[in-house]
Amino acid sequence: MAEAEKREAIWIARDLSKCSGCRRCEIACSLFHEKRIWPEASRIRVFMLAPGVEFPHFCAQCEDYPCVEVCPTKALSVSKETGAVLVDANTCIGCGKCIEVCPGKVPHMHPKENKVLICDLCGGDPQCVKVCQEGLWNVLRVVPRRFHPYRLYARTPEEIAKDLAVKLYGEEGERLL
Amino acid sequence: MISGYAGKFLEVDLSTKNIKEVKFSDEILMDYVGGRGLAAKILWDRLGSKWETVDPLGPENLLLFLTGPLTGFFPGGRICVSGKSPQSNGVVGSTVGGEFGVELKCAGYDGIIVAGEAEKPVYLSIKDGDVEIRDAARIWGLDAKRTVAVLTKECRELLKKRYPQRGEWREPSILYIGPAGENKVRTAVVAAKWSHAAGYGGYGAVMGSKKLKAIAVKGTGPLPEVADMDAVKQLTQEVCNNAYGNELWRRWGTGSGGYEVGAKTSSEPVRNWQEEWHDEKSFGVDKFENRVWIKQYWGDFGCPTTCLKVAMVKSGKFKGAITDNPDYELQAYLGTNLGIFNPEANVYMASVIDDLGLCGIQTGNVLGFAAELFQRGILTKKDFGGIEPKWGDAEAFATLARKIASREGLGNILAEGTYRAALKISQLKGVDVVPYAVQVKGIGVGAHGIRSGKDYVETYSYVCSVQGGDHTSVACMPLEDPRSEHLRIFDDSGVICFFNTFALPSNLLFDFYGAVTGIELTREGWVNMKAMRIIQLQRAMLLLGGPDLRWDPKIHDDNPPRFYEPLPSGPFKGKAVEKARVEEEKRKYYGLVGWDERGIPRSDVLRRLGLDDVDKALEKLR
Repeated sequence: MAEAEKREAIWIARDLSKCSGCRRCEIACSLFHEKRIWPEASRIRVFMLAPGVEFPHFCAQCEDYPCVEVCPTKALSVSKETGAVLVDANTCIGCGKCIEVCPGKVPHMHPKENKVLICDLCGGDPQCVKVCQEGLWNVLRVVPRRFHPYRLYARTPEEIAKDLAVKLYGEEGERLL
Repeated sequence: MISGYAGKFLEVDLSTKNIKEVKFSDEILMDYVGGRGLAAKILWDRLGSKWETVDPLGPENLLLFLTGPLTGFFPGGRICVSGKSPQSNGVVGSTVGGEFGVELKCAGYDGIIVAGEAEKPVYLSIKDGDVEIRDAARIWGLDAKRTVAVLTKECRELLKKRYPQRGEWREPSILYIGPAGENKVRTAVVAAKWSHAAGYGGYGAVMGSKKLKAIAVKGTGPLPEVADMDAVKQLTQEVCNNAYGNELWRRWGTGSGGYEVGAKTSSEPVRNWQEEWHDEKSFGVDKFENRVWIKQYWGDFGCPTTCLKVAMVKSGKFKGAITDNPDYELQAYLGTNLGIFNPEANVYMASVIDDLGLCGIQTGNVLGFAAELFQRGILTKKDFGGIEPKWGDAEAFATLARKIASREGLGNILAEGTYRAALKISQLKGVDVVPYAVQVKGIGVGAHGIRSGKDYVETYSYVCSVQGGDHTSVACMPLEDPRSEHLRIFDDSGVICFFNTFALPSNLLFDFYGAVTGIELTREGWVNMKAMRIIQLQRAMLLLGGPDLRWDPKIHDDNPPRFYEPLPSGPFKGKAVEKARVEEEKRKYYGLVGWDERGIPRSDVLRRLGLDDVDKALEKLR
C-alpha cells in the first residue's frame, strides 16, 4: 500500500460545553494562517451569544459536503489526505453560496480579502487542538475520521447556544438568550 | 508609529454628537504607555487647569476607555476605564476583563474618549470605522443580563442587515451600565459580560451621567503589527506555561481565599471589619466547587489561567441565582463582611449586585457600614424603611442594595458611597459615624486587612496609595517591590491582567513590552521615571480634588480608624496598626516618592520629571 493510503483522515472531535472561552484556538489559527492575531480571520471562532456559553464554531466536514457541491466556480474541494474542505483563493468569488447551503452556517468571509474561510485542518496538524490540549481544556481532540455523526455538529451558533445555555443554566438558560 | 498600537483614538462628544479621531504623539505614548498612565495624562492636559471645579458627574468630565500596547498580545484581555472619579475626585485606572479591548484594537482604535452628555439615553455602536450614536430607550432601565441579551441580539441583527454577505456575525464586545449607573450611584460599575466589572473609581456613575448605556464594538481587522512576533510568541508561551502550572488560580481562582484569608492570615473583613478572622469551613472553596460551580474554567481573550468560574444556586430559596463564582473579594464583601457564611447566599448576593450594575466591593463596604450603624442603634428599622439589616440576612441586604441602585429612601444616601454617606448620616443623626467607615479617600478598602501583618503587610499600603482604598494599587517600599503600585501601574497602562504575571521573572513584562513595541524599557527606567511621572499626576489630581470634597494629606493620608483598634479574635488577637509607625513610615515613603513633609509633590521632583505645569498648579496647596 502506498504511504498516503495508509494514513487515515482525521477529524476534530469536540466537547463544546468544556470551552472556557479563552480563545487561544483563534489566536493559534490566525497566527498559523494569517501570521497575525486576527480573531475575525480565524477559521475557528468562539461564539458567546450568552456569557458562560462560549463554544468554538468551525467546519464539521459533513459526509456529503454540500458546500463543495454548490460552489459555482469549483473553488472548494475535499482534501484526499485529511478530509478537510480546501478553498482555492484564486477561484473563490466570495459569492456566499457555500455559507447559505451549510447546515451550520459555518463558513464566513475573510474580513479583507474576497474569499471564504473554512477550516483546512492545518494540513493534518490542527493548531487549535494543540493549544486546547496544552491548556488542558480538552474541548478539541484529533481522532481518526471514521463513523461520526458529522452533520449533528454542523449547527448554527443560535442552535448550539440555545442548547448549551440550558445544559449550563437549566431552566434559566431558556431566558438568557 | 510605535508597534503594538492601532494608531488612533476615537473621540465622541455626546452633547454635540461630534465624532472624530485623535492621535497622540509617540513621545506621549512612550512616556504614558496607555490605559491608566495615558488616562492621567489626558485628564491632566484637558481638565487639569480647572480640576477642582469639574464635577465628576457633570458633562465636563471625560470618560476614557483605553487599551495599552500589550492588550490582546499578553494573555488575558482587559481594558482600562478612567476619568475624574466620583469616589476620590482624583483619577483611578480601573480595569475590566473581556474582549472589548481586543475588539477595539481590531476595529482600529487604541481607545475611546467620551465627552459631554447625551440628551436622552444612547449607546455607542462601533463596527471598524463605522461609529454611530444610537437610541438606547429600549435598554435603559434593564438589568445586566437583559442588557447583554437584548444588545447582543440587536447588534448582531444590525451587522447581518448591513453586511449580509459575510456569513454568521459573532456578537460584538459590550461594556455597559446597569440601573445603578443610570442613577449615578457612586458605587456603580462599568460592566462586561454579566459580572466582569471596572469597579474602583465609580465610573458606572460617570457613564450614567452621560446617559451612555453601553458601547458595543466589533473589529474585523487584525491586531496591530508588533516589532518582533517570534519574541512575542516565545514570551507568550512562557506566560502560558507558568499559568498552566499555577494550580491555585487555575483550579480555584481567588475564591480559595474566602476561607483561607479569614482563617490563616486573619485579614478578611467580617461584619464591617469588626473582626478579620473566622474559621467557618462552611465557607470553604470546596463547598463552592461542589455546591454552586457549573463551569470550572472561564476566561477572557487568550487567558491561560481562567480563574473565573460560573456559579448557579441549585437548591434552597436562592435557587436559580447566576453569577461568576464570587472571587475572594466578593466572598469577603458580599459574604463575611455582611456576616454571610453560606455559598448559596453569597452567590445570590453577587448575582443581585451584578444585575443592578453595582460594585461588589464598594457596595459590600457601604452595606456593612450601614449594618453596623443598625447594630449600634444609630440607624433604626424606620431609617431603613422597614428593613432590618441583620448580619447574615442576605435577603435584607439584597433589598437594601436595590434601594441603593434606585436611590430610594436611605438608599439615596448610601448610594453616595461609604465616606460621603458617613458625612451625611453624621449630620442627620448628630453622631460622628465616620470612624465606622472603612475607606481611604472616598474608596472603600479592598478586602485585605493590614492589622495582622500577614497579608497586606504595610501600615501605609492604602494611606499613601494614589487610588485610596484600592487593593490592586498599594504603596510599598522599596518602590521597585513587585507589590508596589509603581509596578502595578505598568499592568494598568500596558493593560494586561496581573493574574497572569504571578511567579514570572520580574523583567518578563518589560521584555514583552519591548517585543511588542520595539522600545527598550527597563524596570528601573519604568519605576524611577515613567511610573513616577504617572504617580505625581495622579497624586496632584487627587489632592486638588473637588468640587464636593478635598483631601488634606495631614488628615486623610491615614488609615480608617478601625485599623487602629486591636483585632478582637483569632490567632492575631490584640494586634493593631500603631499610629506612630504609620507616621514614621509615611514620612519615609513621602521622601522616596518625592513628596514634601506635608505630602505634596516637591517642586524639584516635578520639574525633573518635566511636570512644570503640575508644579505651578500645586503652588496653592503648599
